[in-house]
Amino acid sequence: MAAEPPERVLRARHGLIPIDFAELWRYRELFGFLAWRDVLVRYKQTYLGVAWAVVQPVLTMVILSVVFGRFANMPSGSAPYPVLVLSALLPWQFFANALAESSNSLVASARIISKVYFPRLIVPASAVLSGFIDAVIALVILLVMMLAYGVSWRPHLLLLPVFFGLAFLAAFSVGVWFSALNVRYRDVKYIVPFITRVGMYVAPVGFDWRAVVPERWQFWFSLNPLVGVIDGFRWCVLGPQFAPDWGTFLLGNVFVLVLLVTGLLYFKSTERSFADIV
Amino acid sequence: MAAISIHDLGKRYKLGLRQHDTLRDHLAALFRRKKKTTEDEFWAIRGLNFEINQGEVVGIVGRNGAGKSTLLKVLSQITEPTEGEVRLHGRVASLLEVGTGFHPELTGAENIYLNGAILGMSRREIRARFDEIVAFAEVEKFISTPVKHYSSGMYVRLAFAVAAHLDPEILIVDEVLAVGDAAFQQKCTGKMSEVASREGRTVLFVSHNTAVVRSLCSRCVLLSRGAVEKDGDAASVIDAYVASFQEATDTSTTLLPGDFGRGEHLSLHFDSTPRFFQFNCGAEVKLDFTVVSPEPLQGVGCSVSILNLDGSPLVSMSSKVQAVPVSEGSAKTWKIGVDLGRLPLNVGNYRLRIYISEKGRDVARFSDAFTLQVQPYDVFGWGNALPSTVHWGPFYCAPTWRIEPGA
Repeated sequence: MAAEPPERVLRARHGLIPIDFAELWRYRELFGFLAWRDVLVRYKQTYLGVAWAVVQPVLTMVILSVVFGRFANMPSGSAPYPVLVLSALLPWQFFANALAESSNSLVASARIISKVYFPRLIVPASAVLSGFIDAVIALVILLVMMLAYGVSWRPHLLLLPVFFGLAFLAAFSVGVWFSALNVRYRDVKYIVPFITRVGMYVAPVGFDWRAVVPERWQFWFSLNPLVGVIDGFRWCVLGPQFAPDWGTFLLGNVFVLVLLVTGLLYFKSTERSFADIV
Repeated sequence: MAAISIHDLGKRYKLGLRQHDTLRDHLAALFRRKKKTTEDEFWAIRGLNFEINQGEVVGIVGRNGAGKSTLLKVLSQITEPTEGEVRLHGRVASLLEVGTGFHPELTGAENIYLNGAILGMSRREIRARFDEIVAFAEVEKFISTPVKHYSSGMYVRLAFAVAAHLDPEILIVDEVLAVGDAAFQQKCTGKMSEVASREGRTVLFVSHNTAVVRSLCSRCVLLSRGAVEKDGDAASVIDAYVASFQEATDTSTTLLPGDFGRGEHLSLHFDSTPRFFQFNCGAEVKLDFTVVSPEPLQGVGCSVSILNLDGSPLVSMSSKVQAVPVSEGSAKTWKIGVDLGRLPLNVGNYRLRIYISEKGRDVARFSDAFTLQVQPYDVFGWGNALPSTVHWGPFYCAPTWRIEPGA
């Protein structure tokens, strides 16, 4: 572990509390360990764990393709409907799982928090990170599906990590807010599943929103940062007809940044009382 | 140089504050005209001032609610002080619990890494000490078994082993030695004194076991109602602490319900003997108590067992086996005095169990009727007090020796 400052002063702090990045860096190993624990525990009963990571996106893809593509007969241009759905499902599920895990993370770690000190931000962050393996598995399924439906691998696929990163940031910024709120207000745990359930339809997971949302609402609809992420994924996977509108894409991500900064400020200002009330 | 300096430290908790408000209540309160009534406040510690020098091993004692845990939480940075400040020089590790963060689904090896990281060890440090930790915990064979399959003894051994291999400059330890069986407790105490004696190490140690505090610590701080009541060399502070205990428990109104047979109805009253009973090694011991029953009892007998802390009996005595004549008559209260004479008990803590019988049949058991604490004392005038039970066993003995060069 890196050297600590020679003297540490503990006293009551008030007002805005800056984030101690040097300290976060010193605790980077713990961050990794906590994410590693979550992954390990999830896949402990190996075949069930991995099977679940495969079954869940595939089944959801099938259902959404049938409901939107077949029954509702929504257009998908030249793209095969299942690939259209799966390319959006991947970032969406990563976001939804990360959000659920991180919102609950501080309360779930109550014991550790009341017994050991470490920068509390590590907890929601590692919870977001732990969903990464599931996303990689889903990515493999996506690549296979592309082959099966004759969608060729474009070099744009190399940009996917960027959009992954944006999904991570979106999940983390909301997760920071909710994890801290959840310590004090336990009804947050009812809000989060609601958000992820409704969000699946507000974000265009099962359809191509350009063909569905009326023209005058399109600007507002695309301000949702996840619309930008999903567009980005479809653009990389399926081609230029899905290219995000870069103007609103940027706006959406500015919104994420605002959420992130305010979330961090709120988190830091309530952090010192976590151990007393969690 | 001071490793820890504490100035006017205080921590306030709000009583009656509902811990888990709901957002709904909070929003509803915004629209209500009147503000909530002021909450009751409670200072868990206040006005604490003391310094601990580098290399000192300091015990913190005090009754439940004296503020020990709050002090440790503030020093470990788990909770922020309300007023005053603490200055810490050096890397701090705190051990308020063993096995923090252990996950039942993970194997022993995985938990060592996880727990080590939570306690502040780097991956490199853990890897370097891994074998040592496993050997200390005596779980070599089960190291790749999920800890949910461990016995509770193996679990705490592993948990303590990780903690014992921390290597900070300042170590803050809560009552964590009271884990495992007696043999492992001895090993823990041994390990603790080894850790504490390492060069330049500052240790802050909270325990109810005054014998352990006495053997590990040179200095001791007694907390009472959130303030420092006494601060000085370990022996004199512990004496003051134990004395305060005696005052509090030395009342005839202390009742102890029995836990066996008709014991739910019977109770023990402690007359002149405090329940927490401290005496010097080799002193004469007398117990006095009254048995009170709602129904008259006839032909009352009594037996007494002295147990070590994990509950194995060391010695028992019984009025029936000794064929003590049974008193005639029938009464709701019976006075019992047991003159134990000079007990050959070594320094340490013991539990005392009392059985009450009626006409030869046990009718009540009082499992932890007394706690005996035997203090070091030079019984035989050798110039040496006897070493504690932890290393020498529960009894003392003064043999005659013949040691001479052979022919």
